[in-house]
Amino acid sequence: MRRTLIAAGILLASQAGADTPVLTVYAGDYFTSEWGPGPIIEAEFEKFCDCDLQWSTGDLLPRLLLEGERTKADVVIGLTSDVTAKARATELFAPHGQDNSALTLPIEWTDDTFLPFNYGHTAFIYNETTMDAPPASFDALLDLPDDVKIVIQDPRTSISGLALVLWVQALYGDKSAEVWEKLSDNILTVTKDWSASYGLFTDGEADMVLSYTTSPAYHMIAEEDFTKKAAIFPEGHYFMVETVAKIADTEQSELADKFMAYVMSREFQTIIPTANWSLPSALPQSDWPEAWAQLPLPEKVLFYSETEAADLQAQAIETWRNALSQ
Amino acid sequence: MAQRAQPINGRAGVVAGTIVVASVCLAFLGIVLRAEPGAGLGPADWQAIRFTVVQATLSALISVALSVPLARALARRQMPGRQVLITLLGAPFILPVIVAVLGLLAVFGRNGWVNDTLGTLGLPGISIYGLHGVVLAHVFFNLPLATRLLLQGWQSIPAERFRLAAQLDLPPSMVFRTLEWPMLQRILPGAVALIFVICLTSFAVALTLGGGPKATTIELAIYQAFRFDFDLSRAALLSVIQLILAGGAALIALWIIPQLPLTGGMDRPVQRWDARGGGQRLLDGLVILLGSAFLLLPLASVAVSGTLGLPQVPASVWAAAGVSLWVAGLSVLVLLALALPLAGWIAIRARGSAEAIGLIGLSASPLMIGTGWFILINPVMDPVRLSLPVTAVVNALMALPFALRILVPGIREALASHGRLCLALNVNGWPAWRWLILPRCLPQIGFAAGLTGALSIGDLGVIALFADPDRTTLPLQMYRLMGAYQTEAAAGAALILLLMALGIFWICDKGARRYAEA
Amino acid sequence: MLKLKGVEIRQGAFSLAASFTVERGRRVAVIGPSGAGKSTILGALGGFIPLAKGRVYWDDAEISTLSPGARPVSMLFQDNNLFPHLTVYQNVGLGVRPNLKLTPYEIESAHNAIQRVGLDGMAERRPAELSGGQQSRASLARVLVQKEPIVLLDEPFAALGPALRQEMLDLVRELVDEIEATLLMVTHAPGDVARIADDVIFVEGGQALAPAPAAELLQNPPPALQAYLGS
Repeated sequence: MRRTLIAAGILLASQAGADTPVLTVYAGDYFTSEWGPGPIIEAEFEKFCDCDLQWSTGDLLPRLLLEGERTKADVVIGLTSDVTAKARATELFAPHGQDNSALTLPIEWTDDTFLPFNYGHTAFIYNETTMDAPPASFDALLDLPDDVKIVIQDPRTSISGLALVLWVQALYGDKSAEVWEKLSDNILTVTKDWSASYGLFTDGEADMVLSYTTSPAYHMIAEEDFTKKAAIFPEGHYFMVETVAKIADTEQSELADKFMAYVMSREFQTIIPTANWSLPSALPQSDWPEAWAQLPLPEKVLFYSETEAADLQAQAIETWRNALSQ
Repeated sequence: MAQRAQPINGRAGVVAGTIVVASVCLAFLGIVLRAEPGAGLGPADWQAIRFTVVQATLSALISVALSVPLARALARRQMPGRQVLITLLGAPFILPVIVAVLGLLAVFGRNGWVNDTLGTLGLPGISIYGLHGVVLAHVFFNLPLATRLLLQGWQSIPAERFRLAAQLDLPPSMVFRTLEWPMLQRILPGAVALIFVICLTSFAVALTLGGGPKATTIELAIYQAFRFDFDLSRAALLSVIQLILAGGAALIALWIIPQLPLTGGMDRPVQRWDARGGGQRLLDGLVILLGSAFLLLPLASVAVSGTLGLPQVPASVWAAAGVSLWVAGLSVLVLLALALPLAGWIAIRARGSAEAIGLIGLSASPLMIGTGWFILINPVMDPVRLSLPVTAVVNALMALPFALRILVPGIREALASHGRLCLALNVNGWPAWRWLILPRCLPQIGFAAGLTGALSIGDLGVIALFADPDRTTLPLQMYRLMGAYQTEAAAGAALILLLMALGIFWICDKGARRYAEA
Repeated sequence: MLKLKGVEIRQGAFSLAASFTVERGRRVAVIGPSGAGKSTILGALGGFIPLAKGRVYWDDAEISTLSPGARPVSMLFQDNNLFPHLTVYQNVGLGVRPNLKLTPYEIESAHNAIQRVGLDGMAERRPAELSGGQQSRASLARVLVQKEPIVLLDEPFAALGPALRQEMLDLVRELVDEIEATLLMVTHAPGDVARIADDVIFVEGGQALAPAPAAELLQNPPPALQAYLGS
């Protein structure tokens, strides 16, 4: 008992001593690990914000929905475009206050609540040493021999999986069901999330994996491995974006604004590619870090707005499920 | 027969039982209160329900069918290292799922040892993905359990009967019909039922090996409903269906589930005079070889790739291992605090129906319990601060039915042999626990604690829902490594996880037994 | 004085009636054919078997409503008289206090009892490390520290050889004299009766007869007892 009192005393003392305001940022689980962008963002931001940036991780949307107005978040980072509609409906968020015209995305962005901080495209990654004839187009992907195996993610549990379903929907529309049936022979398995899929690919279980156009960058920069390539299709690739948003009734409104501004800064934008293995949202391509500029990227980009996606999503997933359940 | 007087009463057990039921019911209530009327169950949900039942049935039947020859071979062969082998063969049951999947892939995957061998021989490969992959993994987990249960059955046949059979010079087929088949008839239905319930609530296996949306289990559908659709009413509905399905099967099974053997197979094999022919010997040897290969090769592959990855393991993994150890320790404490009084209560009742309470924990979705408590705690305090205790409670609930199966017979036996003496000496209540039950049941307590610790150390569980970044568990950290392209370090973490699960089990089990013998 | 008033015990189809008085300090043998209910009588006195009818008194107090531990009785069963996981000292100590928290004086008296029954130096051993006779001695040491006015023995020495059994009976005799207890013991052997008992209760045909002086009864057995004893 006495020991707890002493511990409590120490805790109180240290809190009383620390007058620095705390900015609580909710982030996805991967974000704050030592391999994620969290630590460097925290260090850089704290250099000038005169504050203490504290991460709080977990499943972003379920947590916000569960907590409602009692949320302790000041800022939420990492909400993907597929959940922004649901997040918006909570009415927890304030306008981001930044100039959308400073964005350098391949699509036009008009949302004034959710601010993109990095982006990528869905793509199938292969190992060029084991695959000598990678498909040159989505159509060619459908005609691959049955023994070429692909791992994908479940659109019901993974943003990249959902992006693939919307990608197929955007390319093939009403014929999506046939596309899935054609593809089903090549699908080795469907995993819950991206990391399980990618693990199967790097272990050699699968020939191709549904991932991002930016995945080869990791192998090039971190591992000096130049054998992993993204198959670029002329039909276009689905666009995926991660956003940051400010909680409306935060007590740290100024700090939160400061953070939003920091996200748009050149400094943040040059950190984020290598920290999060993704493309910066507000940095001209000519200013990208070396190696990133050489990354093969699709010329054509496909994207459904939040409202379009909401209309199509359920039907597209159901088509996918039906075709793969045969 | 009138209720016999007993040195312990059931009050603490009733309290513990109430806590168990309340922790599940309150969580459910929390969800229902927050849920808005939803669309109900869609075709995908019904498909999940069907698939769950089919795979659980297949997994249970195949596990038990394969365990018959394996247990028979182990029961009638004496060989050096038999006890070590039996101990090792039990390992998959306490293996963390994410570790086991890695091991299974290394052996049965497209690039695995089996397919490599088949390829070298010019034979067509096999695929581990799909229904058969899920079943294969479940058989891998549950074959050890079924084998232990059957081995116990074989050892319950008195040696005198085998002597009689030898005297009459019965051939192996007749020995099977007259001695072994009646025993199997008694044990098989319960073993099937138990494994069916375990597989019914399985979740993680189907994630990777399912092969596609048709291999969705109910638990996975609940996960989707919670985490991605945030459809609380659908999640609650699915939880209830799972509870009814698993709970119903469990209730029916309760009457026929055999007791979990403590020393299962650890005793010396019965001297056998039948099955001495060369053919029988060869057959048994082959069965043991195949069974061991199936159960041990995946472990070996985890060990090999893990050893290679060990140097890559960052310091944070060790910190996470410490947190996991803490959670496991807490889970064990919570489990013992619930299971001991409950088991005492069940043991002094004439009928065992109260044991159904223990099955509630296993039948309820951990995600439902976690989310429900998140909703309940949220208005009062920050749920993240309670994430580890909640995880510990959920883990303890999952292990409760196994613990009860282990503890109840031990307590019954202690009371049957020395309860009268306690009464005569006025050693009642706590002193009866202190001086009779706890010391007498120390081996069972160690076994239950080890099982709980091992199961909870590998559990990814509810912690993912509201994790504290500074207090990551090892499975979660391993998952993060996989998500950060760190495959080799993840393999190293998997090995650490494997060693910790086996180590915690071994320490509790052997430690308690040694102490009891000292 | 121990008094059974209109006692009737029923277990399924079996029933047994007993109405008798045993004077303080007597040593009584309970004999009779197998299945007649010898152990049942002792079980009922010990509080392990409920009475269908009647009452049991010790002096003027009714004890048939008390729980086993609250009765002025120490009892030894056919088996399991010692906790196998506890030492001799702990087993004896539980007879002093059920929570084993003994005062220095009580600790000393437990050790004295162990010494008294001839187990000097074996206080820290567990039952498995003792011979059958030593185990019996350990449980008798506990009877000694319990100091209850009634001692019930339900054939605790049945598994011992004849010589050892006689040794134990002699020890029992000395011990119950020391604590001035009333003894009721079940036995099969007429030799045991002659060796230790003042009185005999003969149980047969659903009835426990009132105690009769042992010497007389053995010399002139009634027909039923004669049939039981054989020639």
